[in-house]
Amino acid sequence: MGGQGALFEYLLRLGDNTLILGHRVSEWCGHAPVLEEDIALANTALDLIGQTQMWLGLAGEVEADGRTADDLAMLRDVWDFRNVLLVEQPNGNFGQTMMRQMLFDAFHFELLSDLAGAGDDRIAAVAAKALKEVTYHFDRSSETVIGLGDGTEESHARMQAALDLLWPYVGEMFTPDDIDAAMFEAGVAPDLRLLRARFDSRVDRVLKDATLARPDSSYAQTGGKTGFRHSEHLGHLLTQMQWLQRAYPGAVW
Amino acid sequence: MKNEWPLWEVFIRGQHGLNHRHVGSLHAPDAELALKNARDVYTRRNEGVSIWVVEAQHITASAPSAKGPMYEPSESKVYRHPTFFDIPDEAGHM
Amino acid sequence: MYAQMIKSEATADDPEKLAAFQARIDAGEKIEPKDWMPEGYRKTLIRQIGQHAHSEIVGQLPEGNWITRAPTLERKAILLAKVQDEAGHGLYLYGAAETLGVSRDELTEMLLDGRMKYSSIFNYPTLTWADMGAVGWLVDGAAIMNQVPLQRTSYGPYSRAMIRICKEESFHQRQGYHIMMKMAQGTPAQKKMAQDALNRFWYPSLMMFGPSDKDSVHSAQSMAWKIKMNTNDELRQKFVDQTVPQAEYLGLTVPDADLRWNENKAGYDFSQPDWSEFFDVLKGNGPCNTERLAARNKAWDDGAWVRDGLMAHAAKKRAARVAAE
Repeated sequence: MGGQGALFEYLLRLGDNTLILGHRVSEWCGHAPVLEEDIALANTALDLIGQTQMWLGLAGEVEADGRTADDLAMLRDVWDFRNVLLVEQPNGNFGQTMMRQMLFDAFHFELLSDLAGAGDDRIAAVAAKALKEVTYHFDRSSETVIGLGDGTEESHARMQAALDLLWPYVGEMFTPDDIDAAMFEAGVAPDLRLLRARFDSRVDRVLKDATLARPDSSYAQTGGKTGFRHSEHLGHLLTQMQWLQRAYPGAVW
Repeated sequence: MKNEWPLWEVFIRGQHGLNHRHVGSLHAPDAELALKNARDVYTRRNEGVSIWVVEAQHITASAPSAKGPMYEPSESKVYRHPTFFDIPDEAGHM
Repeated sequence: MYAQMIKSEATADDPEKLAAFQARIDAGEKIEPKDWMPEGYRKTLIRQIGQHAHSEIVGQLPEGNWITRAPTLERKAILLAKVQDEAGHGLYLYGAAETLGVSRDELTEMLLDGRMKYSSIFNYPTLTWADMGAVGWLVDGAAIMNQVPLQRTSYGPYSRAMIRICKEESFHQRQGYHIMMKMAQGTPAQKKMAQDALNRFWYPSLMMFGPSDKDSVHSAQSMAWKIKMNTNDELRQKFVDQTVPQAEYLGLTVPDADLRWNENKAGYDFSQPDWSEFFDVLKGNGPCNTERLAARNKAWDDGAWVRDGLMAHAAKKRAARVAAE
């Protein structure tokens, strides 16, 4: 796939990542361990929802078929989603949520840093705005992962378990396919292998301070960003997120 | 187990050139997280360009009973205020 | 009304000090944390501010119930921002209460084990998207009615918290009404949802002001101390007078057959809510009391290892810094 088709797919990947992760983080609202964290998580979710509106809005423009960001979010089924598997994983406990966040933030930060200088002006503009938000996300999630990893025996054990659980979902973010290759050729997207090296050194620093051991498996679960095989979790997420739009087609809210 | 996060007082500079102003308090385990929490709690509506956090127990406050000796003596120094001096209009703006 | 059933404490302090204290309040002075204050004033305030804070925190739950089901990305963002504000308001209020010598964790524990209450309204379920409209329009509308005068309350930290809250809260009611407008102008199903939401939330909203207190000694004391600014009935009347035309504009019917304009008092006559239901809900028998408290207890219990973990890390960092010096 090349040209506008690949660009559309690529924008869906960007927008679906933020859509699904923003949704997951918003599930915490009212249930976090302490008020300050509750408020901070909501800020992260709000940033991600805002980025979703921009990415999916742009995807709709590129597709030129009249679909809005909301149409894309609310009216596609599981196999049409292009987010990585990591972001659709359930929240689990707070530590698991923060570990997922830190791993995604590290990837997201490096990706957006490159996209902000991309050949496509529209993408570069969105990426530049998102990058400021994500810089803070990573600051916060990495500090929390470090604090909990280094904290008590119990918090350490929980963070190591979270890392072990989520590590198999890291590889997919850096596994290039035809879309990534086409976007790289077009001067839009970075070389994912180079991105991985930066991700590794960034995450290794965090894990070291967090006194956590990086799993030595490099096995990667895949199928999210291609849409080939999502996890079962995504369908349940969509049944909630899309319920009103599906139950009352065409209504204006 | 009593292990409550300490209380911090938050001061925010609303705009460039203004003083930091006390806006409220929050809880955080340490200064770094207090600063982040202050950002997340107190600048959600674009309220600040700079934040200070101070652990509440490190603030020294004047005692209310000392109000008289502390502040009343300055009340009688009216000559410190420009309005004390009558300057004729003819002298121009001063 | 977020503090619905606050009885002010009797006070056994030195009459001379009491008179001087009352004179300060009458002169419009603010009382600050380190100032002398009657024990009754302190205790009543802790209970009132605490109950108000708890209401904000528990109040996150009924609306939080719809964040993951919001119909559009924009609605999701608005609702999330709004519920996040409630957490912020709870935080500001706990901060104000903490200046009176009680910690946030102590207050939280009193909420969780039922020693302290929160507003009855949050024990009602939110069943459709129209409830997000009704909660914003009616519940926040009623809250604002109480909070605006409290900006002038005599206790400085409480007053400042209320000023900040009112400033932030101003978008809450408007977003709720905006949802109701879309629903009322929408499909027949949406219109039906809007009416249904009004039917379910009307009387619980009237209860938010608490039972009539015009002859209550406790209320009189709280009003003298300026920690209560109006009687419950005054505020309820004002709320009805403001809300009925808004319902008419939406084309919705207030579920009260006896509602009519009374020229003599230049206000509406309206039916009282079922006060036995109110007391039942306060006692814990509301439709959602169990779930609400269970959700807060779970968040608190599940979060203990997180709070302890970050504290332990902070202590290690401090120790390392001291060792390095």
